[in-house]
Amino acid sequence: MTELTDLGVRALRDGVREGAFSAVEVAEAFSARVAAASVLNAFIVETPDHALAAAREADRARAAGEAPKPLAGVPIGMKDLFATKGVQTTAASHILEGFVPEYESTVSQNLWDAGAGMLGKLNLDQFAMGSSNETSFFGNVLSPWRRNDGGNAPLAPGGSSGGSSSAIAARLCPAATGTDTGGSIRQPAAFTGIAGIKPTYGRCSRWGTVAFASSLDQAGPMARDVTDCAIMLEAMAGFDAKDATSLQLDVPKWEAGLNPSLAGKRIGIPREYRVDNMPEEIEALWQQGIDWAKDAGAEIVEVSLPHTKYALPAYYIIAPAEASSNLARYDGVRFGLRDLPAGAGLQDMYAATRAAGFGDEVKRRIMIGTYVLSAGFYDAYFTQASKVRTLIAQDFDKAWETCDLLLTPTAPSAAFALGEKSADPLAMYLNDVFTVPSSLAGLPAMSVPGGVDKHGLPLGLQIIGKALDEQGVLNAGLALEQRAGFTARAEQWW
Amino acid sequence: MTESTYRIQGATGEWEVVIGLEVHAQVTSQAKLFSGAATAFGAEPNTQVSLVDAAMPGMLPVPNRECIRQAVRTGMAIDAQINRWSRFDRKNYFYADLPQGYQISQLYHPIVGEGSVEIEADGYTKVIGVERIHVEQDAGKLMHDQHPTQSYVDLNRSGVALMEIVSKPDMRSPAEAGAYLAKLRSVLRYVGSCDGNMDQGSMRADVNVSVRKPGPNGEETPFGTRTETKNVNSVRFVMAVVEHEARRQVEVLEDGGTIQQETRLYDPDRGVTRSMRSKEDAHDYRYFPDPDLLPLELDEAFLEECRASLPELPDAKRARYVAGGVTLYNAAVLTAEVETARWFDALLEAGVAAGPASNWVTSELFGALNRLGKDIAESPVSPAQAAALLALVADGTLSGSLAKQVFEVMLETGQDPAAIVEERGLKQTSDTGAIDAVIAEIMAANADKVADYRGGKDKLFGFFVGQTMKAMGGKANPGVVNERLKAALG
Repeated sequence: MTELTDLGVRALRDGVREGAFSAVEVAEAFSARVAAASVLNAFIVETPDHALAAAREADRARAAGEAPKPLAGVPIGMKDLFATKGVQTTAASHILEGFVPEYESTVSQNLWDAGAGMLGKLNLDQFAMGSSNETSFFGNVLSPWRRNDGGNAPLAPGGSSGGSSSAIAARLCPAATGTDTGGSIRQPAAFTGIAGIKPTYGRCSRWGTVAFASSLDQAGPMARDVTDCAIMLEAMAGFDAKDATSLQLDVPKWEAGLNPSLAGKRIGIPREYRVDNMPEEIEALWQQGIDWAKDAGAEIVEVSLPHTKYALPAYYIIAPAEASSNLARYDGVRFGLRDLPAGAGLQDMYAATRAAGFGDEVKRRIMIGTYVLSAGFYDAYFTQASKVRTLIAQDFDKAWETCDLLLTPTAPSAAFALGEKSADPLAMYLNDVFTVPSSLAGLPAMSVPGGVDKHGLPLGLQIIGKALDEQGVLNAGLALEQRAGFTARAEQWW
Repeated sequence: MTESTYRIQGATGEWEVVIGLEVHAQVTSQAKLFSGAATAFGAEPNTQVSLVDAAMPGMLPVPNRECIRQAVRTGMAIDAQINRWSRFDRKNYFYADLPQGYQISQLYHPIVGEGSVEIEADGYTKVIGVERIHVEQDAGKLMHDQHPTQSYVDLNRSGVALMEIVSKPDMRSPAEAGAYLAKLRSVLRYVGSCDGNMDQGSMRADVNVSVRKPGPNGEETPFGTRTETKNVNSVRFVMAVVEHEARRQVEVLEDGGTIQQETRLYDPDRGVTRSMRSKEDAHDYRYFPDPDLLPLELDEAFLEECRASLPELPDAKRARYVAGGVTLYNAAVLTAEVETARWFDALLEAGVAAGPASNWVTSELFGALNRLGKDIAESPVSPAQAAALLALVADGTLSGSLAKQVFEVMLETGQDPAAIVEERGLKQTSDTGAIDAVIAEIMAANADKVADYRGGKDKLFGFFVGQTMKAMGGKANPGVVNERLKAALG
């Protein structure tokens, strides 16, 4: 029999339902694997008891003949950006270290209501700011992957949901929550050979999720394949009256609606995504994806998204602007860290607390955000960026006149080594070049594994859909996934 | 006279005062602007604070429909433009009583645009323009005097909905500023959008004052530099601030100085304003659209519901009273406070004549309440009981003086007037036989005065009336007494 930890969400759910194994066995197997993989630093906090309690409840309900919950028997990892009642929630920052919320985020509550259990709180880039998981106060997350060139360079699992991607790729959990502000679900999924979908902005409640950039932040699932993502997303999504930007819509039955045929679908290839110096392997993967889409019955059309080149600069104005405001509440007054030098006044306390509590990348973005919102520069930066954002959304609207979905690479490269780009913030920001435009437009987008590069590292393909067309995105993802037949997995070296 | 002639006399001539008010009015609602927390006044510190008000990580604001509704109704009550599309902005600044580190307000797109308020000051009527009304969150309260080294924060008020009502710089005298604030308060209380309790801080004004030399023939000259005096919490203080601040500015200018644009505070104990902070440390607030909130879009049905829910407002009510026979003065007195008007309306509904009723309310009732130290909402006599009393006067059952006696008993016992009349036999009598008998006795006992009267001392007539009424225990119908006395005295 296969190891339980080799099973994905659907297999675990079905196995528990059918009685092939118990939920407690599943929870124990994953918890043991989490405990044995501490070198990856994927978890900030491990919560085997939480997973076990949910498992016991699943087994009890099954024995009692009750109707099974959608995720009964499935333990998951929770990105430490989601507030979890009674469990430390830090956003990987020093300033929130030791903060234990008295409330549960809507997304995590939805998952517990669906029967899932929690294996632990997953590491991430501090306040979800970063593309490599090197900005966490709790240390870097290592990717389980290694280059096949004989070197042992530790690789980035992507960011900000790097703990989530690493844990799934290393089979520490079958699925995890992620959040995506400019690509933080899709890029780490691509780096680690797993699937992840950012739904339409407003599908998942932001209530109880530590805010980075409110107009962009969106929770979504990360899992080993498209089907598991669909199951997870169904459990996570839904209208929430506590979030004024939440969409007042029923959650579609995405799993039941899965269909890998792309017959009658037109897939757009945006010409502006052919960026300078794109590695040949990425080009080749993209072409491969196009061929797979054709094979699934799609018609391929070239489209133009003319404002693409302004997306990254606009994003790196809007996101820091919102972040500078959202993070103002971490001032040393009410929770977490408080640094009060002798004789200090209120302003000094703020300054000392924030100097000690925030990492460099967070400080950098707060400074950028404060600058672009300041009275003298607001129009030059924030207003302009907001206009660009509108133009980018209009680009997509125009593209939908000729196609149903867009196909692009997820990231401009495979995973890089830790430390390789951390000295150059701008080079790091370029990682988000393909994921940011759809974030600015609030569109659903997903990454699925497409193949490996010359070092055997995973590469991802991205599908972008119309607002609310998660089903179309998932279906195209499934079509590509079936054709890619991605079976590579990280060798267990830890 | 239709314009203020209020001038400050300086050594270099007359100065005109220009005044604008920014009034912060706490919206009457059970819950805060963006959370479900309660808003009752006087609660224990930090007992009315939700996770949202405390800005815990991941908390999000959700607009409270009732607060929006009250702002719209207020705008409608001052004939203002209601903006179908408005937007919340964040105003970012660090302060310990501001848990989020920003205030949610409406800088660029307020919910209510231009409107106006009609005032009466010094015997003339004037229309004061309102620039806008926007809704925003209140901050918490900091207490620095509770502990030697720590500051205490009370977040009960944090997130409470405020309407900021910004006037145009249309006022020209302390009287106009006072009348504007009083009228605004009256309108808010009629609408029910703010309780207007200025001493509890639910309404306060920032007073902008500048002075300038008046132009020839009443021409407008450019505004001078203004100062803003913060958080003034009574009509009287607003007038005092205007007066003091205008004089101070004139003195500074006449001494060759310049006015600094600055924020000042009013010290009611000393009756002066003093500098609070100057422009140099003015904040760069860093406004931008709040990304947690969608723009507010109001539909026609909502606006219609707001409009339909508006009560009759003071100006309309006053006109109605006057048309019903109430003097302009009485009408103004009766409509100034919503509770008074409500009480008077209830009285009218009981079917009494408006004119006599208004006289009775403004003299007898107000006098009694004043004596008892009660306001009209606490009146021991209900409108229905008052109507019954007035009806007994109207139908001749009670004389004016008997009515006063009955009213005193009503105030003491809360009894209905008919019962009092019955129980104490206070009914007026027009029985000419009884009256004539008493008159005969009095004339007999005062033969000298009868002779004097008949000799031409007309003033003695009042003496005979008084004696007769006294002898009859005040119950005689004064008209009949007059008539019979005239006949008897010849």
